[in-house]
Amino acid sequence: MTTSLSASTLLAVPLAPLVGSLVAGILGTTFGGNVIGRKASHTATILGVFIAMVLSMMTLWDVAVHGARFNATIYEWMVIGKLKMEIGFLVDGLTAMMMVVVTFVSLMVHLYTIGYMEEDEGYNRFFAYISLFTFSMLMLVMSNNLLQLFFGWEAVGLVSYLLIGFWFNKPTAIFANMKAFLVNRVGDFGFILGIGLIVAYTGTLNYSEIFAKAPELGTLGFPGTNWLLVTVICICLFIGAMGKSAQFPLHVWLPDSMEGPTPISALIHAATMVTAGIFMVSRMSPLFELSDTALNVILIIGAITALFMGFLGIIQNDIKRVVAYSTLSQLGYMTVALGASAYSVAVFHLMTHAFFKALLFLGAGSVIMGMHHNQDIRWMGGVRKYMPITWITSLLGSLALIGTPLFSGFYSKDSIIEAVHFSHLPGAGFAYFAVMAGVFVTAFYSFRMYFLVFHGAERYDQNPDAHHGHDDHHDDHGHHGDGKPHESPWVVTLPLVLLAIPSVLIGFFTIEPMVIGKFFADAITVNAQAHPALAEFAEEFHGPLSMALHAFSTPPLYLALAGVALSYYMYMVNPALPAAIKRACMPIYTLLENKYYLDWINENILARAARALGVGLWKGGDQGVIEGGVVNASWKIVGVVSAIVRQFQSGYIYHYAMVMILGVFVLMTYFVWLAK
Amino acid sequence: MTLSLTHFLSLGAILFTLSVIGIFLNRKNLIVLLMAIELMLLAVNMNFVAFSHYLGDMHGQVFVFFILTVAAAESAIGLAILVLLFRNKSSIRVDELNALKG
Repeated sequence: MTTSLSASTLLAVPLAPLVGSLVAGILGTTFGGNVIGRKASHTATILGVFIAMVLSMMTLWDVAVHGARFNATIYEWMVIGKLKMEIGFLVDGLTAMMMVVVTFVSLMVHLYTIGYMEEDEGYNRFFAYISLFTFSMLMLVMSNNLLQLFFGWEAVGLVSYLLIGFWFNKPTAIFANMKAFLVNRVGDFGFILGIGLIVAYTGTLNYSEIFAKAPELGTLGFPGTNWLLVTVICICLFIGAMGKSAQFPLHVWLPDSMEGPTPISALIHAATMVTAGIFMVSRMSPLFELSDTALNVILIIGAITALFMGFLGIIQNDIKRVVAYSTLSQLGYMTVALGASAYSVAVFHLMTHAFFKALLFLGAGSVIMGMHHNQDIRWMGGVRKYMPITWITSLLGSLALIGTPLFSGFYSKDSIIEAVHFSHLPGAGFAYFAVMAGVFVTAFYSFRMYFLVFHGAERYDQNPDAHHGHDDHHDDHGHHGDGKPHESPWVVTLPLVLLAIPSVLIGFFTIEPMVIGKFFADAITVNAQAHPALAEFAEEFHGPLSMALHAFSTPPLYLALAGVALSYYMYMVNPALPAAIKRACMPIYTLLENKYYLDWINENILARAARALGVGLWKGGDQGVIEGGVVNASWKIVGVVSAIVRQFQSGYIYHYAMVMILGVFVLMTYFVWLAK
Repeated sequence: MTLSLTHFLSLGAILFTLSVIGIFLNRKNLIVLLMAIELMLLAVNMNFVAFSHYLGDMHGQVFVFFILTVAAAESAIGLAILVLLFRNKSSIRVDELNALKG
């Protein structure tokens, strides 16, 4: 194991975006007196992220080619007893890959933002936030201990909150960011319980020390129950992952997070932050491998998310919400892969998904700009003539998403389906059905959106509430007259092109080392005897090309084709059909329209119960017991007692003297006669 | 009739009781109060001297001299306070001095 990676280089990776963020955030805003302008702000932040990306790529090169590894503490923050809290880096295949994905997508989003946020007043603030996000995410993935992971975890959550509510004058945005924050608190509660259990039983936060004690942990039971301790730990950790990676039923915040500007939807809510949960579970694979129960839970939750969130994507009319539900569904796929012990496949899908989903989001953002901030796909159509680059790149992204052979999404998604197929866990049957059906659903909603936006009749003038769209407060383009879309500037299209390249190619070139090979060998532990899904998949694998050819004899490809064909028929050939189906299946449509009533349950049952509990504790506990019983009652008792006692306090000396002498008599009587 | 220890102790007790009654019953004059306290100290002194004599131990009589000295100093301070009190209140009536009342 060589350690040709230097600590200072690694330290520069997260710190470069942090410096950029501080420059833009302090000097470029009213906070620091608007010392620097827009150009200096975006130059500083982009430079920071660019340095981070170059260093990350060099790190990946060292890791992949020379087998370099790094695992050391950089700074000891504090020591409590034997528990050390440190900042340190662990760089192996998994970390290096995540670093490159994060910095690359972040750089693309930085460039794109120059065009997208051009007219926004919060331009510098936005750059400060996304650079801060890049810093936090890098701290999260590079960590070698759970505390730093948790720091990054919370920091990305904070930036996500700030960015969803970026347009803080919009009530819906404020509602959405509160919702995201609160739902994530639920997940984080589980996560911190899991970390606490690990610390309680291993006495350390460091990954390698925890994994060294993992076999011991696997034999312990949870006190007071007959559950395995490791099952409880893993489920607690997974609840954290459910919050961050938006798994059912903690997914409700992600669709609403689309209230934020589109670049952050691409960066945070599609490519990087929401995959932190997937990353964390892969990182903790030595623990998850010990608990079949936890893996089963993961498998089922992932399968539910993959399929049922896909259904919701079908009926959405907001272009960003379609992509958001698609993200939920794809996160479900990754979770299914985790459940099947195919961690490397999950991480592989994480990577390909980061590229093509960022591409789709940025493409959607480009369309939104071209459409003068109309986000409703019912009032689009025929955009391909006006926005050729956006059209081609979005088409490539959609093809990658639905799993067209040779595209990156194909390799990752087919690997997941195969891995689930080979899994022996009890939930694998349901999960296999869900991911298969999910392929059809994915193809259908992706191409529904694609056809409605880029093909068909132009419907721009039919929008009943034109110019009152989502982002209307900064909708001052100045060329509303023609109403026609226009291609976006080069800063917007360049990232689309740069993201389209890996979206198409990266799966073909990396599936062999990442999924079959040893690239993740020391980062991810799989118990091949107990969970042979990946090993069996690897046996069947004969190179990426033959995998693509093999696809023609397996159902997923035909399911995807059927989805595309159906969407073509319903939205291009016979546009009256969807409305007819909607009328025919009104109950189902209503169910989907209300997102399975989960928001209703959350708001009317869970939130109401929580508020009732809060009011009960406030009125009964705080005002009743503490204020009424403890605080007020004690002074009242003192008052009553003193009102009686003060009567003895006459102020006359002879009274005091008499009491004193009577006291002496009593004492003397006692000592002389009674205490013999 | 020879004077025994009991007579001296009885005298001391009588003096002490007189002074206690003086403190209780006195409602008018603070000086009477001071005098009653002096009398109380003298009652104690009487006991000291009597015991000292009958036990043949001179310590008690030495103690009496100390008590007499302290009593003189105390009454000097007490009278000084009394003068100041009179300047402020224009009265030394005991039943008017109840500033300590709760």
